[in-house]
Amino acid sequence: MKKNRFSFKKIAAIIMMAALVIPAGGCGKAAAVGEITVINYGEYLDPDMLDLFTKETGIKVNYEEAITPEEMYTKYSSGAIKYDLVCSSDYMMKKMILEGDFQEIPWDAMENKDNIGDKFYEFSSAFDPGNKYCVPYFWGTLGILYDTTKVKGPVDSWDVLFNGEYAGDIIMQNSMKDTFMVALKYLGYSVNTDNPDELKEAQQLLLAQKPDVQAYLVDEARDEVVAGNAAMAVVYSGEAYLGHEYNNDLAYVVPKEGSNVWIDCWAITKECEHPEYAAKFLDFLCREDVGMTNFEYIYYSTPNEKVVENMDEELRNDESIVPSDASVEKCEVCVQVDDDVTALMNELWKELKSE
Amino acid sequence: MKRFKDIISGIYIGFIGLILYAPILVLIVLSFNASRSRVTWGGFTFDWYIRLFSNQQILEALFTTLILAFASSAVSVLVGVPGALGIHAMNKKKYGIFMTLTNIPMLNADIVTGIALMLWFVHFIPLGFGSVLLAHITFNIPYVILSVMPRIQQMNLSVYEATRDLGAGPVYAFFKVLLPEMMPGIISGFFMAFTMSMDDFVITYFTKGAGVNTLSTMIYGEIRKGIKPEMYALSTIIFVAVSIILLCVNTLSEKHKNHIVEEKNL
Repeated sequence: MKKNRFSFKKIAAIIMMAALVIPAGGCGKAAAVGEITVINYGEYLDPDMLDLFTKETGIKVNYEEAITPEEMYTKYSSGAIKYDLVCSSDYMMKKMILEGDFQEIPWDAMENKDNIGDKFYEFSSAFDPGNKYCVPYFWGTLGILYDTTKVKGPVDSWDVLFNGEYAGDIIMQNSMKDTFMVALKYLGYSVNTDNPDELKEAQQLLLAQKPDVQAYLVDEARDEVVAGNAAMAVVYSGEAYLGHEYNNDLAYVVPKEGSNVWIDCWAITKECEHPEYAAKFLDFLCREDVGMTNFEYIYYSTPNEKVVENMDEELRNDESIVPSDASVEKCEVCVQVDDDVTALMNELWKELKSE
Repeated sequence: MKRFKDIISGIYIGFIGLILYAPILVLIVLSFNASRSRVTWGGFTFDWYIRLFSNQQILEALFTTLILAFASSAVSVLVGVPGALGIHAMNKKKYGIFMTLTNIPMLNADIVTGIALMLWFVHFIPLGFGSVLLAHITFNIPYVILSVMPRIQQMNLSVYEATRDLGAGPVYAFFKVLLPEMMPGIISGFFMAFTMSMDDFVITYFTKGAGVNTLSTMIYGEIRKGIKPEMYALSTIIFVAVSIILLCVNTLSEKHKNHIVEEKNL
């Protein structure tokens, strides 16, 4: 009996401890100048930078992550949490701008805005005319990652995916937009086409290619090429850089027909009550040292020209880190958000996958 | 013939064991891989373990997860045990109704519970640690009731009544008679609630506010750029810790059983 009572005491002690800890956890974080709530992609900012920002400005950052633009949009529009700042991709930015979800960036409060190259403001003007709402954050291209020991000669065209020479050794993206973009570009059409005939032609091309495709994958695409299970894969430039880190025989190319150039941006929501805090955060992200730290955390292409200038020679000449002007020249930003086009593409994609 | 049977059963058990534990084995091996890639072996290293303990984000998420599991299961015990006693004291019809009511949340899909709680919470409290804690308490209470109820049913209530007849007050009798009888059920209920809380992703995902992360929601956030090897290291540590705890509990209860058998033989 005595033993049992002792264990009850223990349980009671545990409960009391818990009761003490809960309120302590709740109020230990107050007493800041203010706070902002931010939603970003996962693993898309060095967490130390959040601490640094709070230390410098006294503004607390509630940091939230999302995996896809669609998830971010769902979280934002559910209204359960009021976000001040969102980071997302080109087409989602366009959709939200058209919906009127953002307020204009107070550019005058942004001392470091010129660290971002003009080229990137030009890119983002494709979905943000007049550069009112968006601050470019990271960018990159879509291209082919290939194993130089398995592929003859340097690859320079999408043709290598479609000519049947590497049947069974090709990995395509298991993503509707990315895969259609490849076919559209190879056929010489715009990635933002709204012409049903062009989309159908692209689908025919992909159908003909399908027997040669080993698999449609997402982030495993890179690993398959790294491991030597496939000769080539369609991947984004950031993935290609990591692939090259693991396996020196890999090379990355943006085909000469052109491709998709993606750009992720920050914007201030219309719900934000303190745009001056949000602007401080954006300005902080554009600062050279912060940009460099984030670049070294993420290894995607940075639009921050000061950071590019200070990179190692080797990195600066890496096509997957700093895509050259020549390779980007024929690339397009994806801004197609028309519902009918998306529905048709969905239909064609389903047919392709179920064939 | 017997030998042949032994071989077949050995192969079968080995095969089942392999299917159950091979994935965890892969995880453990990867936690010592010097390369970040999942497909290339870069040599043996303890690096990820060292990095794990200097990674503030992971440690914070671990701390949140543990506090959450601890606090939610403690509160669930405080609510669930009196609840179980009360339900037990009801007449047959009411008992049936209330047991069904407590069982529904356990059978209900997590996603329904999660979304419902989120919709409810946004009207009353800001989403944050508090809302997640409330949600976890909500889905933990039924587990406590479920594991305490059988103990109450087995209990001989006459002992409690006898204590009262002999002059013990209700509180004294509760702590001296009822509670010790229920204790094994309470402890197993507590641990079941603890595990459920640690495991949960869906409900946490819907009810958490910005900046609050448990291990599960944090790992989810990492999916886009590949899960960090530090996570493999942490998972390995959790796996080893749980195995050790289970081993201890099993040996202790084995000893306890022997003890009871000896007492009975005396």
